[in-house]
Amino acid sequence: MSDHEYTPKSKVGKWFNDRLPLLTLANHLTDYPTPKNLNYWWTFGGILTFCLITQIITGIILGMHYVAHADLAFQSVEHIMRDVNYGWLIRYVHANGASMFFLAVYIHIFRSLYYGSYKSPREVIWIIGMLIYFLMMATAFMGYVLPWGQMSFWGATVITNLFSAIPLVGDSITTWLWGGYSVDNPTLTRFFSLHYLFPFLILGLVVLHIWALHVPGNNNPIGIDIKKPSKDTVPFHPYIVIKDLFALLIFLIIFAFFVFFSPNILGHADNYIEANPLVTPAHIVPEWYLLPFYAILRSVPDKLLGVIAMFAAIFVLVILPWLDTSKVRSTVFRPIYKQFYWFLVADVLILGYVGAMPAEGLYLLIARVATAYYFAHFLIILPFLGMKEKTTPLPLSITEPVLGGSADMAMAKNNTDFKEKL
Amino acid sequence: MKNFLKLLAFFTIILSLTFSKASAAGEQQELLKVDWSFKSFFGKFDRASLQRGYQVYSEVCASCHSLKHLSYRNLAEKGGPEFTELEAKAIASNFEVTDGPNSDGEMFERPAKLSDKFVMPYANVQEAIAANGGAYPPDMSVLVKARGGGANYIYSVLMGYEDPPAGMELDDGVYYNKYMYGNKIKMASPLDDDIIEYSDGTKATVDQMAKDVTTFLQWTAEPHLETRHKMGFRVIIYLVVLTILVYFSMKKIWSRIETKV
Repeated sequence: MSDHEYTPKSKVGKWFNDRLPLLTLANHLTDYPTPKNLNYWWTFGGILTFCLITQIITGIILGMHYVAHADLAFQSVEHIMRDVNYGWLIRYVHANGASMFFLAVYIHIFRSLYYGSYKSPREVIWIIGMLIYFLMMATAFMGYVLPWGQMSFWGATVITNLFSAIPLVGDSITTWLWGGYSVDNPTLTRFFSLHYLFPFLILGLVVLHIWALHVPGNNNPIGIDIKKPSKDTVPFHPYIVIKDLFALLIFLIIFAFFVFFSPNILGHADNYIEANPLVTPAHIVPEWYLLPFYAILRSVPDKLLGVIAMFAAIFVLVILPWLDTSKVRSTVFRPIYKQFYWFLVADVLILGYVGAMPAEGLYLLIARVATAYYFAHFLIILPFLGMKEKTTPLPLSITEPVLGGSADMAMAKNNTDFKEKL
Repeated sequence: MKNFLKLLAFFTIILSLTFSKASAAGEQQELLKVDWSFKSFFGKFDRASLQRGYQVYSEVCASCHSLKHLSYRNLAEKGGPEFTELEAKAIASNFEVTDGPNSDGEMFERPAKLSDKFVMPYANVQEAIAANGGAYPPDMSVLVKARGGGANYIYSVLMGYEDPPAGMELDDGVYYNKYMYGNKIKMASPLDDDIIEYSDGTKATVDQMAKDVTTFLQWTAEPHLETRHKMGFRVIIYLVVLTILVYFSMKKIWSRIETKV
């Protein structure tokens, strides 16, 4: 991205860099021009990288002590909690880390939705991001199975049973997934294997995600292209590094509160009961971050259509860059879309809420309306709104409204709105 | 800012709904609340209560309920009941464990050592069920974490035995409990005033025993709770100080350009 060719100062550095340009890469990463008007919602990329690394490191350590066997898994987790030095800390960081990871990824995704970061020329970044999100859900689901508690076992049973809805081959596929005729030891061992593999696939996709980001550069809160890099951007280091670090530390304080003072509040009590195929829990609920999709699944009366709806809910996100027809990226200049954006946020929260409730009576009705609205937002509202909506005028460049210079006052006001939102 | 407030308001509504719903679910009685010493940021166990709780466990609960994830050495470890090593050894030696095979290939019985796991009252789940009228007395190691209300729930169930309301028919071996899920429990009220004699002279009321044994079970479920609280406090102080330092560094660095951060 830098306009100048980078040459290492030392002779050894130059020798090495000519053979493998790692130093050029490092130079690119530190000098990477970043819009100077990024707000704190942009710090979650760094936070997510931290979350992934934390999960991998704590996970590798847990893997040294965990035993993937239906008769021993629960006991080995208790062994970690009691007898392994600081095992309780590592496990609580890993378990709560998953929740914090999803909290951050949801903020990251909704930031992208608000500021139109998925739009041209950043579609590929967005699609890779959705792949990461999908793999994250699969990884988290399989990880939740490993302690082999009641929710582990019955959650695994419910989710793997979904595949039996596929016509003709459904039952065969389910048997194949289980490695038997029910969720049992073979299911546990393969979930462990895949739970270890997927994070590294995610890591690879994260590298691609960042690579794809560094081609067009960051979007920014007003969503317009960078006009003069010298005026509109700052180098990644130290400006963005220190800001990301500050945000990460705030995030870590919240993280630490969960780990040290209420480590089990996000989990389900039933998962401290050892898995028992003969006793079904009163309510089988997935972890909180999967609840909106669980609500969509249950809101459709037909099993196959329910499964299709659930996967479609993710798929509409993948094709979002082409569903949103508006050329204007940032919601700041789209007064009508702004309303719908917050409706969508509310809709997803409602879906999450009813996902945790029994699927009956009023809850089921709410789930159905919310599911319908979810799809309507992406398939009807977004395409038409983009064509009809009258957007407010865009500023000329990032710098002008920031400096309160020549750009019109409305823009300057919009910009202070951002600042307030922080 | 306005939108942010709206969102905040929305979250509050959702959360309050969730919690009000959670307590309403299952038409259950609101649990008795105890001001436990181990709650709160600086929460610690009451050592004397833990030791009494162990006594209640061993004299009342242990005949049916196992503590299979604990070892006798845990009783002498820091942050627990903190019996002396001699006391813990004496406790362990009351139990017989099967060891072996020895050099002749024979299994043999010997008194338990500190390194042994707690000896279970029944050889297996089936035996436990058969001996208890078809109901399995759950292992108590993580029982507090395995129940929705945690310590308050365990305490409430111990305190919740009552005569069934008029018109309620109970089968033989089924008892009415105000706080139990479904109000029916297959365990007879385990505690009665003065069924045990506390070695420290405390009066063994049902309430006292229920509190002590619940405290003990909280420890068996979270043996590192005290370390966790202590470390958590330090970690958060450290993070807050570091955050403040980084904040001022950030301000300084960003002051080189016109944009505010």
